[in-house]
Amino acid sequence: MTVEGVIDDPRDQFPIGMRVLAVDDDPTCLFLLETLLRRCQYHVTTTNQAKTALKMLRENRDRFDLVISDVQMPDMDGFKLLELVGLEMDLPVIMLSINGDTKLVMKGISHGACDYLLKPVRIEELKNIWQHVIRRKKFDSKDRNNSCNQEKPHTGSGEGGPGSAGTLLDQNGKLNKKRKDQNEEEDEDNDENEHDNDDPSTQKKPRVVWSVDLHRKFVAAVNQLGIDKAVPKKILDMMNVEKLTRENKYRLYLKRISSVANQQANMVAALGGTDASYLQMGSLNGVGNFHTLNGSGQFPNTAFRSFPPSGMLGRLNTPAGLGIHNLPSSGMTQLSHAQNSSSNTIDQFNFQQVILPGNHNDGSVLQGMPMPLELDQLQYNKCVTQVRELSTAIDHTTVFPISSGLGDAKITIGSSSNPLLRVTNNTLLLEGSPQGAQGGKVFGNQSSLSISSLNSELCSPLPDHSRLNDNWSTAAQSSPFPLNDRFKQATLQPCNLRGNMSTMAFQIGSDPCDVSSVTSISTQSQDIRADIQCRANLIGSNASQISNNAPPQGWDDHNQDGSYHSNVMCSSINSMIPFNGTVGPLDITEVEARAPHGPKEASRKFYF
Amino acid sequence: MEVGQMQRRLIDYTKSLFMEGILDGQFLQLQQLQDESNPDFVVEVVSLFFEDAEKLLNDITRALDQQSVDFKRVDAHVHQLKGSSASIGAQRVKNGCIAFRNFCEEQNVDGSLRCLQQIKQEYYLAKNKLETLFRLEQQIVAAGGSVPMMELSF
Repeated sequence: MTVEGVIDDPRDQFPIGMRVLAVDDDPTCLFLLETLLRRCQYHVTTTNQAKTALKMLRENRDRFDLVISDVQMPDMDGFKLLELVGLEMDLPVIMLSINGDTKLVMKGISHGACDYLLKPVRIEELKNIWQHVIRRKKFDSKDRNNSCNQEKPHTGSGEGGPGSAGTLLDQNGKLNKKRKDQNEEEDEDNDENEHDNDDPSTQKKPRVVWSVDLHRKFVAAVNQLGIDKAVPKKILDMMNVEKLTRENKYRLYLKRISSVANQQANMVAALGGTDASYLQMGSLNGVGNFHTLNGSGQFPNTAFRSFPPSGMLGRLNTPAGLGIHNLPSSGMTQLSHAQNSSSNTIDQFNFQQVILPGNHNDGSVLQGMPMPLELDQLQYNKCVTQVRELSTAIDHTTVFPISSGLGDAKITIGSSSNPLLRVTNNTLLLEGSPQGAQGGKVFGNQSSLSISSLNSELCSPLPDHSRLNDNWSTAAQSSPFPLNDRFKQATLQPCNLRGNMSTMAFQIGSDPCDVSSVTSISTQSQDIRADIQCRANLIGSNASQISNNAPPQGWDDHNQDGSYHSNVMCSSINSMIPFNGTVGPLDITEVEARAPHGPKEASRKFYF
Repeated sequence: MEVGQMQRRLIDYTKSLFMEGILDGQFLQLQQLQDESNPDFVVEVVSLFFEDAEKLLNDITRALDQQSVDFKRVDAHVHQLKGSSASIGAQRVKNGCIAFRNFCEEQNVDGSLRCLQQIKQEYYLAKNKLETLFRLEQQIVAAGGSVPMMELSF
């Protein structure tokens, strides 16, 4: 079955009237594709058989400007059609498929497809396909010009002629004006090539290579200016280094280090890593400056990939390799990764740090450095994007960015500087598990996230208070906290909750029982409605459980203010109580709700 | 029943189809392509889908009834059904096809038969709902009203 579009006006301006051949065995998709292409003002010919399409193309190769073909067809594979069209007609071919598998896409591109569209096709995608035709014709005309120049070096077409640089010869014999900026770009390219042979004195000034000293100066300048006022110009003035410009970026320095590290790592691998001097921890001779890399939080993965498991870094896992004395050989730093096989969207990262005897105060020996050399495991499923430092002492704050389940959620684990607590063995378990919409009633995902800190040992015995898994008002009744009664009814109402998700951020000050401010910030969420529950349980330390429940709104409730109840729960407060059992009053000074997207006032303040 | 009331009923009914996951945003794309020059576009596309899907479901049923199942052929049919259901925005049918293809990959006959039943169920549900939707639209047009355009942000 073949349907041809009738050409209304042969003098149509390109890309209007571009001739497209659409091939798909699925009549529904083909009809939709044809309608969309016609809406883009292209002339469309459709066929449901690849062999018919090939026959049409062979009969008159100048009849079409572009081919759009489905990948899976019964009579002929789309890739086969792509190959034949590429060999015989040299027309741009766009592949079309419901299957967006990376291997399949790469196969299409490697076979010569100029684009790969996924079904269902959107009109926005089809509006731009004419660019492939232009590119192909531009490429062809360049080839033709080159061949002409080689054959007849002394002859050239006059200005404005069909072969001139400013125009493109269409297959219909039409002249297509090239965009002005394209010409300018080509001129610039030519200029650059010409300048290559110029006098060296007129060439660009040599760039300053970024070094450790420069980095120190840079950091000092930023610290002196303050982060708010540290702008490139002022930093340059403060550093006062000759020939230093904004172009001398730190990233270039890191790239250089990683490439050097790669070379030296390969050398170590070739030597078998027998030299004991490589095992010194000070600067990891041959892996660049470890402290600089650690400080910047950027480990170039390439530097660590090429080591054999039994090689240099493999042996760093032993006390002898670390160059640390008086440690038993059984203790080592472990970082393990377990993937839940039942679902590829749920990843569990289990960070275990076994603290060696005599090393309690220092925390981890190698903070943030995975030992079994599987650095790529940390980036396995985009669940945890970066793990920089895993501090074992609880008074350090650890931030885990999570990019899988939640939109822009950062969960901070930490506590106030509580002198009563010291952790000697700390296991962190981070789970992110998106839960499907229940009964199809809710758009989007519900994400449940839990973080727990286990095996926290206390230095000295604390009073044995029972764990309170109730909300703050109940906690107040069964514990010596004097609590303002109004906090029980604290309800934050950010205006215009359509598509917003409120997050509560609790900042616990130096006094264990002083909640200085509670801020509710409306942030744009990705889904229309998402009930997101965040539970953070820290057993044996200052812990608060935050549960945010956004009420589902009706379809017509977009302009109404929905009430937003934040239920704050305390799961374990025994670490807050000192020996004498008396606790200062719980001060809740200010609750501030900001709704930047709301139609009403930008900021509301509630005082208790 | 007055036109305004019918229009409200149509909007509520369409919303319910999205809420239940029977349709997705692609169906709205189809509705936006419908204009004065092409007033029956959505009905035409969906009718084509119904014809094609019936044929494909029959082919799949026949293929799975064979003594030795040709899973390559079954997979090709399911792939086509997945494409056409995605094109009209029949979300639950499409999701059923995704599950079906996994069973085809494993060459699991029992799983494939279960999936086929589920897809048939989802298909007939979608068909009934869409036919009701089109009837409501026809009633509005017959009463001299215009079909209201849905605008949902996904």
